[in-house]
Amino acid sequence: MTAVGSGLADARGAVTRVRVTGAILRENMATHGGLWLLGVGLFVFLTLPLATLLIRSLEDKAGVFIGLANFVQYVQTPALARSTGNTLVFAVLTTLLTVPPAFAFAYAIQRSCIPAKGLWRSIALIPILAPSLLAALSFIYLFGNQGALKFMLGWVGVGTIYGLPGMVLAMSFAAFPHAVMILLAGLALSDARLYEAADALGTSTWRRFITITLPGAKYGLISAAMVVFTMGVSEFGVPKVIGGNYPVLAIDIYKQVIGQQNFQMGAVVGLVLLLPAVVAFIVDHQVRRKQKALLTARSVPYAPRPSKRRDRLALAYVLLVSAAMLIVMGMAVFGSVVKFWPYNLSLTLAHYTYGFEEANVQHAYRNSLVLAAWCAVLGAAITFTGAYWVEKTRGANWLRPLIRFQAMLPMAVPGLVLGIGYILYFNNPSNPLHFLYGTMTILVICTVIHFYSSSHLTAVTALNQMDGEFESVSASLKVPFYKTFWRVTVPVCLPTALDIGRYFFVNAMTTISAVVFLYSPKTTLAAISILQLDEAGAIGSAAAMASLIMVTSAIVTVITLAAEGMLLRRTQRWRSVART
Amino acid sequence: MADSPVPDALRIEAVHKAFGSFVALQSIDLSIIPGEMVCFVGPSGCGKTTLLRIIAGLETQTSGRVIQNGRDVSMAPPAARDYGIVFQSYALFPNLTIAANVGYGLVNRRRPRGETTARVKELLELVGLPDAGPKYPGQLSGGQQQRIALARALATAPSLLLLDEPLSALDAKVRERLRGEIRALQQRLKVTTVMVTHDQEEALSMSDRVVVMRHGAIEQVGTPQDVYERPATPFVADFLGKVSVLKGESVGGGRFAVGTAELDLNVDGFNAGDKVRIFLRPEDRHIEGDIAAMPNRLRGLVRHIEYLGTVCLATVDCAALGQTMLVSMSLNQLHDLHIREGGDLDFALRIDRVRVFAESAVR
Repeated sequence: MTAVGSGLADARGAVTRVRVTGAILRENMATHGGLWLLGVGLFVFLTLPLATLLIRSLEDKAGVFIGLANFVQYVQTPALARSTGNTLVFAVLTTLLTVPPAFAFAYAIQRSCIPAKGLWRSIALIPILAPSLLAALSFIYLFGNQGALKFMLGWVGVGTIYGLPGMVLAMSFAAFPHAVMILLAGLALSDARLYEAADALGTSTWRRFITITLPGAKYGLISAAMVVFTMGVSEFGVPKVIGGNYPVLAIDIYKQVIGQQNFQMGAVVGLVLLLPAVVAFIVDHQVRRKQKALLTARSVPYAPRPSKRRDRLALAYVLLVSAAMLIVMGMAVFGSVVKFWPYNLSLTLAHYTYGFEEANVQHAYRNSLVLAAWCAVLGAAITFTGAYWVEKTRGANWLRPLIRFQAMLPMAVPGLVLGIGYILYFNNPSNPLHFLYGTMTILVICTVIHFYSSSHLTAVTALNQMDGEFESVSASLKVPFYKTFWRVTVPVCLPTALDIGRYFFVNAMTTISAVVFLYSPKTTLAAISILQLDEAGAIGSAAAMASLIMVTSAIVTVITLAAEGMLLRRTQRWRSVART
Repeated sequence: MADSPVPDALRIEAVHKAFGSFVALQSIDLSIIPGEMVCFVGPSGCGKTTLLRIIAGLETQTSGRVIQNGRDVSMAPPAARDYGIVFQSYALFPNLTIAANVGYGLVNRRRPRGETTARVKELLELVGLPDAGPKYPGQLSGGQQQRIALARALATAPSLLLLDEPLSALDAKVRERLRGEIRALQQRLKVTTVMVTHDQEEALSMSDRVVVMRHGAIEQVGTPQDVYERPATPFVADFLGKVSVLKGESVGGGRFAVGTAELDLNVDGFNAGDKVRIFLRPEDRHIEGDIAAMPNRLRGLVRHIEYLGTVCLATVDCAALGQTMLVSMSLNQLHDLHIREGGDLDFALRIDRVRVFAESAVR
């Protein structure tokens, strides 16, 4: 250290006392104001609609409180009771058909030495880019009334693909990537030292699997099962397209609300639907907490060593799954560009042009793009700043748990239930927000809320990885927090923010469940128009729309990933070391 | 100090802090004079960090006042107080260059750009890293990053510097060097400094005064020499450095019976029959010279010798005391006096620094 220059002494005298009082007031207003804004926003657009759902379920058509009479009526309606049983059967079978193959797939990726793991992983995740009913359309192409492989149904004793078999099959494809992602993460967390200890004790491969691998992956398995189960319970698109005469709650709810305008019964069915979802959410939440505690900071990640037999088996399995994935996803795309499957296979774009016009859904795709773009930008901005307000500011401490709870709530609420809550809440003419009803704005708000929880969690994780003292240091340097937010927090977290935007975009493109109650003829969305096209018998155009959504999502995903990669490379100089 | 015409740089009055039912700080009173370096030291959970954060305005005390340079800042938010702070984690902004980090608080003051640049350069030279400006924090070692954090905290020439365990994340060697550097810098700038540490060596070697804390209360405040040589409580004696604790009983006249021996410690304030604990540091002994002529002679069996480099620590069983003592010696003494494990050691107690506490005062 060199001698102190005289400048330092001068500077101490010269630096003027910054007039801080005004700045502090502004800062307090900005932090507390932000928290309040977020809390009130979530309250108005999430809690109140759900509360409305609850209240309306206890009222009659005239709005008079009648206690549990609606629920009694529900239980006594045989059709609804039957739907409840059907829904459970559908969800359980889907879980059983999805989780074990997904586990095998994740195991093959994480615990073997097969080549091109990234490729297989990407292929397995393709269904996320498309609406869940794309698989249903493919199965109709393959095994439907004009299906090319319909004859195969007889081999397994199934008369028709419409109904439970088709629903479970299609749903398994849609849910597969979600299960795979959870299980990949679950299997990534493993302690190599346990395996080394087992090897040192001469443990057989099978016993190692039973005593170390399975218990280690237990929480991932439970978590995946819960997620798939919840998806199944609240799925709307797949049963609608391929459900045939197998009624489930999601369809009932739609018929009650949209078909019969029976909002009370819709609310009741919504609450019934909420029950298993909430239970699954709580189980999942508990399990994830335990998983966090499972691994210590000193754990050594497990790296598989080559084993010819295992690797060949793993590769064969992964190839099989990838092929099935590509065939099912590709079938819909192929079906959308041929004249008349399976009789006339000459290529055409007619399903994309005349088909859309004929059904009057040519604006649906553009609407979806608008919705997705708004959701991506607003969703990322709101969830990220929201998470920042909650995690990194000081004061108003009683407000934070309320906001955290509301931020996690959407994860436990199926989209359909949220949608009914919205329709009950917003179509009430005495609600000052009634003017939003039927607009694009309400679709944006609903979609952002619908996918809030995951994004919030992602943002919180990224923020908590940053040094917790940045804000304190800034305050000591009299730099207002928003300057540090802009100069440091946002640049450091930009890749995460981009990823949240992508998540919102893809989900806004593919979602049906909540928005199906809220769209107006002017704001029809691409994913919803698939249902309309399918109902009109235009399966080629339905497949075309589904393909269009998938391709759009894929392009946006690739662009975002490329941007993230570029960003990471450009900031490599400071990032590379920050990671060590 | 209260009569001094210059106001205290920092005065803490009856500061109490409770987190729910947990009392983090009982009631703290403390004055710090301008230019002084004070260390808060104590085991984890003693409240030292909470106290520092209250001074910084990062926590709000449940009751009590914080007065800085005569101004009551008890309720002022961090930005309205005048201090620079350095954290254990450095908290350097990873995406900004070193120069931008150091100038972070200056840019906000709307000073001419040239002035800021010059000041940053001066500060980088001050902490001995004149060429680090264009680099990013991640490209520097931990010790270098901590020096930059220090430069950033000093950039706005605050009247108070707060250091929150600034050296705990560093390697032993770097830590020792930075200790000296920070202390030298502090003395040169004469900036009032409060440091929190759990490392008693760090506290003793760096500060003008040490504040030893436990269970949310101050046990003792004093110069490093005070607290080490004249610990006010058994806890302070035990926490700062090594001690052997002997069980004994006062026989009056400053004499104490320990085992079958009777030690003349020249300590008043005890009545015959009082049960006591006698605190001795390993260096409170003579092992060279005419031991046979000295009072308080003891003989013990060397059970174990711990090599710590230049100093060695012998565990000695004293039959007369019926207890075990630690006796320190230099490596040279070890060889010259032929002290070895299993051998006998004759020594006499040095009683000038010995502390005797009533048994009831020892937890």
